[in-house]
Amino acid sequence: MTSPERGALVEIVGSAIDLHRLVAHVQHDGIGAIATFLGTVRDLNDGRHVTGIDYEAYQPMAEAEMRAIAAELGVQWEGLSVAMVHRVGTLAVGDVSVAIACAHARRAPAADAMRTAIEALKVRVPIWKREHYVDGEWTWVDPTLRAVAP
Amino acid sequence: MMNVPVLVFASYADAFGARTVDVPVPLPCTVADVVSAMRALPGGHRLPGHVLVAVNHAYAKPGTAVDHGDEVALIPPVAGG
Repeated sequence: MTSPERGALVEIVGSAIDLHRLVAHVQHDGIGAIATFLGTVRDLNDGRHVTGIDYEAYQPMAEAEMRAIAAELGVQWEGLSVAMVHRVGTLAVGDVSVAIACAHARRAPAADAMRTAIEALKVRVPIWKREHYVDGEWTWVDPTLRAVAP
Repeated sequence: MMNVPVLVFASYADAFGARTVDVPVPLPCTVADVVSAMRALPGGHRLPGHVLVAVNHAYAKPGTAVDHGDEVALIPPVAGG
């Protein structure tokens, strides 16, 4: 059993993410639902075959922004517990790049908060990715250049 | 004039060929002053028309003050997840 008053777990890490650590962080006797999210490296992006992604973060600011997101979620859904971890470095197709766990007494707030958390992370947290393609080329991904968000 | 070290990341680091750029500006100044000075440096022409800047780990506005000891960073379009 852990205390519901425990602060959010927020980290940028350089090695494989263990989802169970996030779940253990948010779990306590007062919650009835844990919604989790894993983002993984996809083999195809914008029609190009991806072989891997280098992730880079401005670590102190990235962790500050993730803490801010967690705090905002806690205001919107009282009693919410949050864990958000993003990995940096070179990742292969299939590797987990980001993990989120949101726990609440009820399932709807847990699921809604999880969705809100990943959407906020993608637009606010200073993390970048350089995609490597099967033809040997690479590019920094710029979501603002897409006409329609995925 | 002082040299303010500005952190750059991802495509901006490629543009300047460095991860920290010493930017000559009079202090105190503003975020807009820092960006203007950076556009005049080698590689600065590769910055887009609108550049996000963080001061002390928080997103800043063009008029945000920059002074001795502040940590300034240019933030390329983010792509986490």
